[in-house]
Amino acid sequence: MENGQHQQSFIQKYIFSTDHKVIGMQYAINGLLMAIAGGFLAYVFRYNLAFPGKDIPLFGQLSPMQYNTFITNHGMIMVFWVGMPLLLSSLGNFLIPTMVGTDDMAFPTLNMLSFWIFFVSSIVLLLAFFVPGGAYGGGWTMYPPLSANAYMNPNPDFFQALFSGASLMLLAVALEFVAMLMGGINFVVTTINKRAKGMTAFRIPLIVWFIDIASVIFMFAVGPLVAGAFMLLLDITVGTGFFDAARGGDPILWQHLFWFFGHPEVYVLLLPSLGVLGEILPVFSRKPLFAYKSIIYMALFSAVLSVVVWAHHQFVSGIDPRMATFFSIGTIIISIPFAGIFLAFMATLWGGSIKFTTPMLFALGFIGLFLVGGLTGLFLGSNAFDIYAHDSYFVVAHFHYTLFPDIFFGFFAAFYYWFPKFVGKDLDKTLGKIHFWLTTIFFNLTFFLLFFNGLAGEHRRINNYSFFGNVNKEPYTTFEKICTVGAILLILSQFVFVINLIKTLRSGKKAAKNPWNATTLEWVTDSPPKHGNFDTFPVVYRGPYEYSVPGCNEDYLPQNQEN
Amino acid sequence: MSNSSTTVDIRQTPQGRLGMWILIAGELIIFGGLIACYLLNRIRYPEWGMEAVHTSTFFGALNTAVLLLSSFTIVLAHTAANNMKPRKAQMYMMLTIIGGLLFLVNKSIEYSREISEGLTFSSPKLVASGKEVGSLFWSFYYIMTGLHALHVVVGMTVIFIIMLQIRKGNNLHRVELAGMYWHMVDLIWIFLFPLLYIAK
Ligand SMILES: [Cu+2]
Repeated sequence: MENGQHQQSFIQKYIFSTDHKVIGMQYAINGLLMAIAGGFLAYVFRYNLAFPGKDIPLFGQLSPMQYNTFITNHGMIMVFWVGMPLLLSSLGNFLIPTMVGTDDMAFPTLNMLSFWIFFVSSIVLLLAFFVPGGAYGGGWTMYPPLSANAYMNPNPDFFQALFSGASLMLLAVALEFVAMLMGGINFVVTTINKRAKGMTAFRIPLIVWFIDIASVIFMFAVGPLVAGAFMLLLDITVGTGFFDAARGGDPILWQHLFWFFGHPEVYVLLLPSLGVLGEILPVFSRKPLFAYKSIIYMALFSAVLSVVVWAHHQFVSGIDPRMATFFSIGTIIISIPFAGIFLAFMATLWGGSIKFTTPMLFALGFIGLFLVGGLTGLFLGSNAFDIYAHDSYFVVAHFHYTLFPDIFFGFFAAFYYWFPKFVGKDLDKTLGKIHFWLTTIFFNLTFFLLFFNGLAGEHRRINNYSFFGNVNKEPYTTFEKICTVGAILLILSQFVFVINLIKTLRSGKKAAKNPWNATTLEWVTDSPPKHGNFDTFPVVYRGPYEYSVPGCNEDYLPQNQEN
Repeated sequence: MSNSSTTVDIRQTPQGRLGMWILIAGELIIFGGLIACYLLNRIRYPEWGMEAVHTSTFFGALNTAVLLLSSFTIVLAHTAANNMKPRKAQMYMMLTIIGGLLFLVNKSIEYSREISEGLTFSSPKLVASGKEVGSLFWSFYYIMTGLHALHVVVGMTVIFIIMLQIRKGNNLHRVELAGMYWHMVDLIWIFLFPLLYIAK
């Protein structure tokens, strides 16, 4: 590095690169491409729900079997191949080294490997659509016995079973986990070991804290499911009976292993986005983050609690009522730290001079929408209501009100905020705002009415409601159509984003070093940062949120400024 | 190039060791999950004792001894590496790999004996004779020991690669990392041995 940029071939520089920024970009591109796949699946099955039996434009007829396959893979893709890479891997890769003030990750080669394993996992997942029998269609939770017996012919040989949709999905998920674990090791070790001089624990920006906490939760929670996935794969391929009740196995055991991971996974996805808010809200209200330390403690508290609430997903699978009470209480308690974090965010905004830039709009939109998701989650946390609403569209609407703002609003907020830094060009402000408003309006149009359909008893895994008298009537059929129109418009409004991106890349203005007047270290270096990030490694003198400090000339004090 | 003089590594724990600790924690949780599943079933099915009779305590004990010895040799390799004696470290690493090989040979003798008795992953013979629950024991036996054997192979590969890397006296600190991983492999076996071989 001392003797300048040494020659790197195109492949070294952009394909098999060990530079954390290139890897972050690769994760973002892969995640966005998978989002197109997941969005297309959603479009097809939403269209089918509103107009059952009709030919679907750009697709054709959707069979009931394909319908199941599509909803299953939509869930899988959006959680593991969109949410995880965009929020955890991409943001973690871009931000951790630059924000802690170092040149790269602790293990750059491991980092590169992490992306390529992730890439292979995406291919394996999509490949399943083309094997005989098609991709797996038994729900993204892969509950046995359905998943353990998901073959097209009753007595498959080993290879037929191995190349069935269910096996390929398990393999893809296992590879994805390996990729994320490798990334997590890098995030944590880089933060612990490679911080700039003076970057003490409580001077680390919130998002770095949160990505690390998310990585640790992931590492802790995913282990038993890795073992479980291995067991299920053997059930499918060599006929073991781990989850087969007829053989003494226990299908409920899978549910425990799955949700022991599945619930913490919610926080793995949520924490990076909350971290994004933690960076954006202070910058655009020109105020220090309220209760920075308490927010970190609350996140740690919720991380511990997150592994003891999982059975709230199993209230209807036959659970001891005393245990159900325990898990209900745990679930309601875990909303306390998150309510605390959101209140701290509100307090940050309070009395600030708020600038409604595009990233700020997405951040505020996140808070508003997530509130709806969080509050309906409290209803579902109590087992009495949950048993009524289980597997209904109420649940679907609830988790889309949490996950959509989390994944997409969180990512877009981060995207509009850090794009000038890491690409070096300014995005179009007007198009950004149009993108925000269209996304917000059509998101609500898509999901709000589903709460009512769910309460009316609409079950979530039915491909044609015309056979169900209780919901095949007004207003519910109209609601279905409105939701579908909303979903199509929601997808179409993303073209505003694409246009903005293309326009900026072709003719965008060169971005300044620190366009938002922010304090953290990534704004100290060039836009975009070169290989190695900093000319001289920064030294840190203060915390990350010193805005509007009385008695100084500027209204912000960068972390590396001595006085 | 990233280890150039401009890099500031102000923390004291070497980052290789730190990364290895995290990896080991992750691995232990995977095995922990598996062992927890096994124990839940074991408590539920006292008749598993009848199946455990067929595992060979002799071979299990022998393999325990082999792994413990190989753990000792990798400690000696680490000491030699600390004293900057790459030749000696390489010799002890070779001995450790031989220990791993011995373990695998023993394990395959065991496996082939069990398989010839019809005790396999799905044990169709047991299922046919109405002992479905018994067949589940063997499913667990093979998945637990098999996954462990896979880790033995990985550990041997890691030791072998590092053995080549330290040829010229470079990268001697990596011997410690190989040792840490090998101790983990050993530790997991210490849990599997009583669970599968001793508790009858
Ligand atoms: Cu949950």
